[in-house]
Amino acid sequence: MIAVQQFFKKHGWSYLFIAPSLLTFALFTLFPVLWSFVISFQDYSLVRGGTWVTPIYANYAQAFTLLNGIFVTSIRNTILYTVFTVTANILIGLILASLIQPLGNKMRTFFRAAYYLPAVTSALIIGLTWAYIYNAQWGFATYMTRAFGLPPIRFLSDPDIALTSITLSAVLTIPATAIVLFSAAMGSIPKEYYEAAELDGANPIQRWWNITVPLLKSTTLYLVVLYTIASFEVFERIYIMVPSGVGNSTQTIVTQIYNNGFKEFDFGIASAQAFVLFAMIAVIAIFQFRVLRSDVEY
Amino acid sequence: MATDASIFPQAIEIPQRRFTFDGWQIFAWVVLIVTTVIALFPMYWLFANAFTPITSTPPLTPILIPAFRLDNFERLLVNNKFYLNWMINSLLVAFVVTAFHAVFDTLAGYAFAKKRFPGRNLFFVLILSTLMIPIHVTFIPLYIINRQLGLIDSLWALILPGTAWVFGIFLMRQYIQTLPSELIDAARIDGASEFGVFRHVIFPLSLPAVAALAIFTFVRSWNDFLWPVIALNKPQNYTLTVGVANLQGEFMTDWGIIFSGAALAALPMVVFFLVFQKYFLDGVRMGALKG
Repeated sequence: MIAVQQFFKKHGWSYLFIAPSLLTFALFTLFPVLWSFVISFQDYSLVRGGTWVTPIYANYAQAFTLLNGIFVTSIRNTILYTVFTVTANILIGLILASLIQPLGNKMRTFFRAAYYLPAVTSALIIGLTWAYIYNAQWGFATYMTRAFGLPPIRFLSDPDIALTSITLSAVLTIPATAIVLFSAAMGSIPKEYYEAAELDGANPIQRWWNITVPLLKSTTLYLVVLYTIASFEVFERIYIMVPSGVGNSTQTIVTQIYNNGFKEFDFGIASAQAFVLFAMIAVIAIFQFRVLRSDVEY
Repeated sequence: MATDASIFPQAIEIPQRRFTFDGWQIFAWVVLIVTTVIALFPMYWLFANAFTPITSTPPLTPILIPAFRLDNFERLLVNNKFYLNWMINSLLVAFVVTAFHAVFDTLAGYAFAKKRFPGRNLFFVLILSTLMIPIHVTFIPLYIINRQLGLIDSLWALILPGTAWVFGIFLMRQYIQTLPSELIDAARIDGASEFGVFRHVIFPLSLPAVAALAIFTFVRSWNDFLWPVIALNKPQNYTLTVGVANLQGEFMTDWGIIFSGAALAALPMVVFFLVFQKYFLDGVRMGALKG
């Protein structure tokens, strides 16, 4: 008894301090995740509750075969979107951060802020604005194609083009986080490295390629994971730009989860698909931990 | 370096390097200016349209210079009786969620940073691991729970799950770890209680990080869309993002209203950013760098 009292006297406050966070985490994340996993093996109705499906993996099988395998197309679309967006974000972020680095503090802060400004607006409103830019009648992009004498492009209604248009809108939303993080990481590289390289006669490009780029490895990796996860979860942009989709060409994993879960109210299928997304993200996260473990310090 | 001072106690020295030949500088400036224009153009165009009277279809030649008139906003607020409700709903949810995180994330961050107790690492890893859980996995059970509790279509349905975002705990732990432990010991010797140490020593010293955390939480809540669109059904209960997404269906022929509705939803965050810029950018760095 005394031991228990002493334990709480010593540690009670610590547990009390983490209790509110732990409680909300348990109630609104952990419990729903576990329940969702159960539902992914059930036929769930809001009235009757859940009944197990047979065979037990039926929802997962159906998730992939439903409507001629639209979910497989969605995964393909999501991966295409992700590959282009992440590659572009990293390259643009790296180049722009490198270009603002030699500037004075005032200018550097100005550009960081200018690039970051659109990032504080919701993805929904950015997407809405791009929908207007792509508007087939009066959109700015449509005006530009006319001004250059190009044939009209149906940016958001041509199934062969819609996903490219959406991806382009994501690429042209300058990757603010990448710029801020690359910029900060570059600032912390000891300047002796550059001075030594300069003495050895390395030109700016060589110094950038041989010193800056390799030393940004862990930041790059962090950003790749961050942007990959965000792109896997792309939704708002698509929901608002092509509300009912352009055939299957603009379906992504999350639009499928949303449609199956909250339009068809087929919770079993939607949960199974959500766990497919979870698995994809887990693979990326585990990859990050693996690589980070073998990281170099400088 | 003063203008770029980080809110980290140990400011980062930024080496000044200048490219020597002019061709480079011209190239750099062209790229920087073009990309800045690309970054800011969509927002600018939205605002230019919102501030130019448009009652039906916008002109085929894009509006690039706004007329600086408020006609669209007037019609928006007159014709859409719920717009102010949406704004108030968004504000309420964002304030409550932000207040929760400002207090409880700092408490938890302090415990994880400075206290030794059994299970500390286990709890921390458990909490951190939720950062990789796609939030979409939780939506179906959350929907079922909120329905059973009769919370669908109420702001509680947004506030309660909004408290389960654990990034703030991580951020606060990172920051509080850099505070000297001697201050805590000194306060204890002076007779401060455990909560007194938090209230009078840790919290005041953590204010720069709390500010960054609060700003992030507020923006995140304000911009949230997918869960609100699932949890809210009646137009008077919408938050701004959900309301704006529905303007297009409601005012199909009056683009002026749609533009001004979207612009007005974005405006508070733009102003917010311009005012608290430093905290935003420091927050981005803090959350990531030392992880």
